[in-house]
This record gives sequence, C-alpha cells and structure tokens, in this order.
Amino acid sequence: MLELSDIQHFLVTRTPALAARYEFLSFRSSAAGRTWLGGMVDKVGTAQSVGANSPDARWITIAFTWNGLRALGLDEASLSSFPDEFKQGMVERAQVLGLTGSNHPDNWIGELALPALHAIAILFARDDAERERCTKEHARYLSELRDVDLLSSLDLAAIPPFGYAHEHFGYRDRLSHPVIEGVDDDHPTPGPETPLKPGEFFLGYVDESKVVPVMPQPEILSRNGSYLAYLRIEEHVGAFRDFLREQGNTTDEQEMVAAKLMGRWRSGAPLVLCPQKDDPELGADRQRTNDFNYGKMDPYGYACPVGSHMRRMNPRDTAENMNRRKMIRRGGTYGPALPPGVPEDGVERGIAAFIGCASLIRQFEFAMNVWANDPNFEELGNERDPFVGTQDGSFDFTIPKRPIRRKIKGLPAFTTIKGGAYFFLPGIRALRFLAAGCPLAQHSS
Amino acid sequence: MAENIWEHPVAMAIPKEGYFKLEQGRYGPIYPRTPACYGFSIFAKVIPGREPVFYQYAKRIEDAIAATPDYLAVLKLHYLRWVFIPVKGETYFMYQGIFDTDFDKYTEDAVSLFNNIGLNTVFENLEGFPEDWKTNAPAFIKFVRDHQCPSFLEYGEYPFVSADEIKKALRIKAKFSDILDQMQ
Repeated sequence: MLELSDIQHFLVTRTPALAARYEFLSFRSSAAGRTWLGGMVDKVGTAQSVGANSPDARWITIAFTWNGLRALGLDEASLSSFPDEFKQGMVERAQVLGLTGSNHPDNWIGELALPALHAIAILFARDDAERERCTKEHARYLSELRDVDLLSSLDLAAIPPFGYAHEHFGYRDRLSHPVIEGVDDDHPTPGPETPLKPGEFFLGYVDESKVVPVMPQPEILSRNGSYLAYLRIEEHVGAFRDFLREQGNTTDEQEMVAAKLMGRWRSGAPLVLCPQKDDPELGADRQRTNDFNYGKMDPYGYACPVGSHMRRMNPRDTAENMNRRKMIRRGGTYGPALPPGVPEDGVERGIAAFIGCASLIRQFEFAMNVWANDPNFEELGNERDPFVGTQDGSFDFTIPKRPIRRKIKGLPAFTTIKGGAYFFLPGIRALRFLAAGCPLAQHSS
Repeated sequence: MAENIWEHPVAMAIPKEGYFKLEQGRYGPIYPRTPACYGFSIFAKVIPGREPVFYQYAKRIEDAIAATPDYLAVLKLHYLRWVFIPVKGETYFMYQGIFDTDFDKYTEDAVSLFNNIGLNTVFENLEGFPEDWKTNAPAFIKFVRDHQCPSFLEYGEYPFVSADEIKKALRIKAKFSDILDQMQ
C-alpha cells in the first residue's frame, strides 16, 4: 500500500493550477540549506492531501540534485549509495542522452549546468495572482536567509486556447500516462496499459521485477522518493509552421504531416484510430483516445509512422520490456503563445518538463538513448525522434505509404534543449530528516 | 545509382580498447557497429564441475526455440555460439553473439526475457556471476561488461545488414518465386 501521506503529491496527483514557477536554488552553507528546507517542508503537499479538487491556491514541491544532498550535509556513505547516473548528473550524462550540438550543456541557460545547482522549488498556483504572491513571499524568505541563492527561475502558464492542455505547436497534451496500482485503481481508461507496480516510480516498493529493489541509504531518506529528470525544451514554433507549409500545399496536407510527426492529430486523435481525417471528438474522449495498439492494428506504420514521436516514446505492444520503461510526465508550457499567422518573433517558448521514475538509467536514459536518439531505431536507418531527438538537419523522417513511402530528408530541429538536471524527489519524512541535519540516530531506521 | 553498402565485403580493424572513440553508453563505453553488426564475446571461468549443466541447458534452449521460434526475437540476433575452452586444466566458457541492437539494450532485454519466462541463465554457473541478477540488471550488465573481450578484427561478407533486412529479402525472393509459379 502506497504511503500517500509521505509521498510528495507531484507525481501522483494533478492540481487545478493555471500557473507555475520553478526556482533553481544553491546553498552557500549546509546550515542555510537546512534552515530553508525547515521553513518550507510544512508547505509541501502530499499525495494524500492534494488532488484535482484541492481547495488550496498553491502547491509546492521540493527536490534536490546529488550535489544538493551533499550541500545539505548528507554523509559520504549515504551519498555514495545513490546510483551512478544520479551522482553524475545530467551534464555528465549528456552524451548518453544524446544532448549534443545545440542541445549540449555548454549552451544551457539559467545556470542549470553548474554544480552549484542544489535544489528546485516547484510552485503550482491556481492563477497568476497567486503565483505572484508566492513568488514575493519566497523572495522575502530567501532575503532573510541570505545564504540561499536563487540561480534562476522560470514562469509557466497555460496558453490559449484554454480549456485543455496543449503545448506551443498546438498538440493536445497529457493524453496517456502510466496506470499505477493503488493510485489509479478507480479510474482505469480503456487501452493496452496494465497497472504497474508502484516500485516503478516510488522507491521502497515492489516493482515489475517482483521485488523491492536496492535503495540508497538510509532508508528514511529514500523510501517514498522518486527521481526526476528535468528538461527545458524550447519549441521553435515559427520554424515548425514554415516546415509544414513547405510540406503541403493545403491546410489538410500540412495537418497530415503534423499528425504523422506526432502520431496524433493536433486534436489528440490518434492516427491508428483515424488515419485519414482528424476526429476532434475522439481526441477529447479519454475513454477512446488511448484504446489502440500498433502490433495488430498498424504493424507497418501506414497510419502512425514507426518514427513518429508518440510511437517512439511509447511503442506499446511492439516493444519488449515495456513495463520497465514507463515514466510519469509533469510540467507545462512557458513563454507567450505565437498567434497563428505571426512569424517567428525570437521569443523563447516551450515546455519545461519533468519525467518521474524509480531508475533514471533504466527508464529516462533508455528513452532518450534508444527511443529518441538511436538513428537506427526499428531499422529506420537515419532518423531520430522529430521532437525530442537531437536534430541538426542531417536526419530523415519516413512516412510509410502505399505503394511507395514518403521520405522527408533533412528534418530541421523543431526544439532545442535549453537546460536540464537530475533531481531526487524525497518523501515528507525524508525532507524532515534532511532539514534536521540527517541525524545519525535515525540512520538505523 | 548509388552502390549498395552490402555488395562489397568489408573488414574492420578495431583498436585494443574495443572502440575507436570513447563514447559513453548508459552502462559504459559503446562498442561500435562493425561490418559484422553489433556483438559480444563473453569469456568467463566455469564453476568446477558445472559443465553438465551447460549441456542440459543447451537441450532446454533447443526445445524452447523449437516450441516457440520467436522466443529470442526481442534480442534482434543473427547468431549465438556457446563454446567451452579448456585452459590449463580448467574450463572456460565463451558466449559469442552477433545482433542488431546496442550492447546495453541487449543485456537489459535478456534479463527481462529470462525473468518473464521464468528461465534461469546458464551464466549462474560462471564464477563471479551476481546471485541477484534477476532483480539487479545493472549487476548483470557489469558482469557481462567485465568479461567482454572485444574483437580487434571483424569481417562481414554482406556488411552492416541487419537480420530483419535479410529476412525481408528472403521473403521477397519467396514471393517472387510464387509469382513466377503462378505465371506458368
């Protein structure tokens, strides 16, 4: 049974937030870091107390880099018990993740590539006014502490048209997510997803290997925790629209190419279920929009190309070992929407996303390494994920079609990774343990 | 018309490290794709007296593949070879594979495959193999990497061609034969 009262709400429940803010922090001393955390921990929402109908106006999440855990005073033995990939951090793992060229950490902003990045405070707010109020309150708190520095921040907000989640390219978002035993039991949606053991996402629980995996020590620190991979992904909306115009003479032809790249129409309707024409009603219907597979319904990718974003990042029944690869996605859009018909304005806009899992190397790094960036994924030969793969104009995109496939040569980069980091998202008891200076007496618990 | 890469055999000399340039994979250096595709040669000492287990295992694998031909499909294999090598009165085991996915993915998929079908691996009879391999894929992968002896030369008569492409070509040949039969 999941200890929902000890798990931060972030990966378990969504909030009715329309605005958010991420603040990236550095501790100049362990005492300052612990004091900061001590003042914040009571504001952190739990998976038990926070839900879609939460009456609160703001919801807070706190997570730490490995350097951050060290900065808080965690002992060396405990630090060394964390997995290598987390200890190394996203900057060191850039090559594994395919973060090369313009996506390389040398080009990141917000000081996210610095070892001084220690923590992130994530604020979800009901509206802009509440975000503003919380931002000022936190700034005042930091000014009182002095030795906790704000390295950078990022404001997020939903973009028009409101009423459903979507990103700057216009694709409906949040359509599929893993089903977790003990969390989603009451709300199954039709589709091939089977409930997963909580240990795939939360430390201290049985995972799909049928055992509780080895955890970092002490247990009070790691139990009910998760790992987060953060990515700040700039979306080049103008370039994307230009590309679509080059690929089709009519709006319908352009929309078809947009759908082929994603695997769904922008309405969210999956190509496997409506390959010829968009069906917005289907896209919005959670009872139907995930109820499909590839192996039997579209084995050659005539509807949904094998190299499309959706099929790469969740190959469903066409890949083995899928229950060990699932991840929970969180985050939202930042930057202003680029209105239709307006040319690229040079303003940064995109998605600031978190991927939650119990093993960065097995889940997130696998997805980036194999699914997103392996040019020979499923024998495609010279392709990468059109949206999260590192593109430099030298890769292709194949659209299977009878009698002859269509191959788009030299796909441009629609996105650029502007920053990233690995965080550990501790449980509530762990936050208190860290704030208290990791008292040795509790190490044996 | 551009020449097909598979038309001319290729030999590739490989530096002693096993790769040309250090590129970090998830669990260690990435071994290159060669004219003979991806592969490994695992070399490890057999726990004394365990040789008969290997022969029993061989029969079980033969039966399993006969019953379920796609039993190992996930591993994207061309060939596997299991070999005993006597060294100064002791028995060493060489496990050599040619396949089309990267080294780490192959090993992770192998752990999952054996777990899902409840089959033990013959590696359990090798010295130093982690007892908790079923739940500790990184330990399994570390063992494999520690015992990998990279090639210093590889040759491909039809270089860089995947098993899937070979099967596709044979299927097309069979279909064409069928078409010609229908024309008689």
